[in-house]
Amino acid sequence: MPRRQFLLLLLPAALFFSAFFLLPMARLFFIGASGESGWLAYLAIVTDANYFRALWTTLAVAAVTTVLTLAISSIAGVFLERHRFPGRAALVAAMTLPLAFPGVVVGFMVIMLAGRQGIIGEVFTMFGGERPIFAYSLAGLCMGYVYFSIPRTILTIMAAAEKLDPRLEEAARSFGATPWQVVRDVILPGLRPALISAGAICFATAVGAFGTAFTLATRIEVLPMVIYTEFTMSANIAMAAALSFSLGAVAWLALAVARSASGSTVAAAG
Amino acid sequence: MMQAVPIYLENCAKTFTDGTRALEPVDLAIAAGETLVLLGPSGCGKTTTLRLIAGLEQPDAGGRVLFGGEDVTALPIEKRNVGMVFQSYALFPNMTVAENIAYGLRLRRQSAAEQRARVGEMLALMRIERLADRSIDQLSGGQRQRVALARALAVRPRALLLDEPLTALDAKLRDTLRFEIDSLLRELGITAIYVTHDQAEAMALGDRIVVMDHGRIAQVGAPRDIYQRPASRYVAEFIGTMNRLSGHAEGEVFRCPGGYVVWPELPATAREILFRPEDTRIAAEGEAASLRGTVSAAFFCGDHVRLFVDVGEERPLVLETPARREYRHGETVALAVERHGLMVL
Ligand SMILES: Nc1ncnc2c1ncn2[C@@H]1O[C@H](COP(=O)(O)OP(=O)(O)O)[C@@H](O)[C@H]1O
Ligand SMILES: [Mg+2]
Repeated sequence: MPRRQFLLLLLPAALFFSAFFLLPMARLFFIGASGESGWLAYLAIVTDANYFRALWTTLAVAAVTTVLTLAISSIAGVFLERHRFPGRAALVAAMTLPLAFPGVVVGFMVIMLAGRQGIIGEVFTMFGGERPIFAYSLAGLCMGYVYFSIPRTILTIMAAAEKLDPRLEEAARSFGATPWQVVRDVILPGLRPALISAGAICFATAVGAFGTAFTLATRIEVLPMVIYTEFTMSANIAMAAALSFSLGAVAWLALAVARSASGSTVAAAG
Repeated sequence: MMQAVPIYLENCAKTFTDGTRALEPVDLAIAAGETLVLLGPSGCGKTTTLRLIAGLEQPDAGGRVLFGGEDVTALPIEKRNVGMVFQSYALFPNMTVAENIAYGLRLRRQSAAEQRARVGEMLALMRIERLADRSIDQLSGGQRQRVALARALAVRPRALLLDEPLTALDAKLRDTLRFEIDSLLRELGITAIYVTHDQAEAMALGDRIVVMDHGRIAQVGAPRDIYQRPASRYVAEFIGTMNRLSGHAEGEVFRCPGGYVVWPELPATAREILFRPEDTRIAAEGEAASLRGTVSAAFFCGDHVRLFVDVGEERPLVLETPARREYRHGETVALAVERHGLMVL
């Protein structure tokens, strides 16, 4: 390709990247160091016990969310791809609906399910049991995250499941492979690139999710909430900026690791 | 040595859930150690028959599949111990060549030493020792099919089932590999069922050929029988090339637009007679030339010329003749037909 044409075609991506990512990120980076503690603000995320706990909670919630989302989406995605039944299209559409919901709405739905007046509680009391309330716990938060992560993942996995060669499974079965061995030796390796790329996006989204955390995380400190608090309540703009930058770095790292593990099939690294 | 078993299909029909009748009730006996070829055009039910034998499909009620004396109708493929070879190779892309070949041995919980020894044997048998540690995407089509064969044979299956294994390869490679598969099957003495739509492949490999037509068996027999004594016009036209003259019988003489053919056994009702290209020749000097026609095409093939002669029929007659003499388009030639090659169907 001629050099001029190459540069011309690169322009939109370069402009977009600079305007919405590079410049604000650079600004953020310097604001992070503009507080009383200067560049040490960046160290606070590991030295300050509260921030560090919030970081770990965020990563743990994101990791659990990713594992659960991938497990549910894989089973459902492969099943939906392989079976044709009345109402299948409607079911697929319903499963992808949460894409359109703001995080706050997802939070409300978890409260309606597992909150003080929640449906799960009603069912348990109906059978004379304790009323479990976990909407505001880590479990509730994970539930909300899984709920809004499934749509993105399931579509990727269905597309990958469609490309699996049924002959491979038949070959494995001819050697006596049990269904579980077929999953381990054929289906999971076949879905691997899709699982890695969908998992990376799921993890990054869960790390940065705010709306759901805002509704549910009244007793839990996750990083997006900490940033919000620093920014609005304490007006500690420098600290908020330092934490934001670190949050971005963590998400970027997750995507980069996934990308190198899968051989460049991951959608984004930013 | 392999444990060769005879295989029997009894009254096996197959109707798919969408109502497609892929196979009419079929009875078939495959001798132990025999290579049976299922031959027919696309969609005639070859793969379906193979999958019934494999246990990947169940026959309609009333059908039975037997391996030796054992009724395996209800057993899924996992329990039948058959080796499968597919047109698309179906090698596991996440495993190396050696790991692919060892896969069945691993599932059978053989020791690492046993696995290594057997994999080595199979690599040597298929002459692909150098490829042991390659990944699958580094292999050519021919190499992939060799690995697939090695993988299928490593577990000493009761039967080897091959579904168009050479169709995806180019012509030259197809010839080499066909030769290798032929000697392999003979050497191992394994019961093999081989699906193809290529009649040349079927003739070269099959101890017997099953010619299929729309889910039915049109004819079963040794390649020579099927070629020389086709049971129907369908079989005659599908296997090799067939010349055809249309006309009517007058005693021992069959009259047609291009002339006549004398045949003592000519049935009085014959409206059409058939014969192979190799029973057709250019009439010798001074010989009574009973058929005349004009050359419509002549293909030079080195040692011979493939000649198409228009004798006023729907299709020109085909024959092969020594390349010494040159034939020009439009030239008039006199033909003779060997009597022993004549048939009516
Ligand atoms: N799973 C299936 N469902 C419905 N129809 C099928 C299925 N598999 C094959 N068929 C139909 O059965 C017929 C025979 O197919 P097949 O055995 O694959 O033919 P061949 O291998 O000779 O080309 C075809 O008409 C094909 O479309
Ligand atoms: Mg087929």
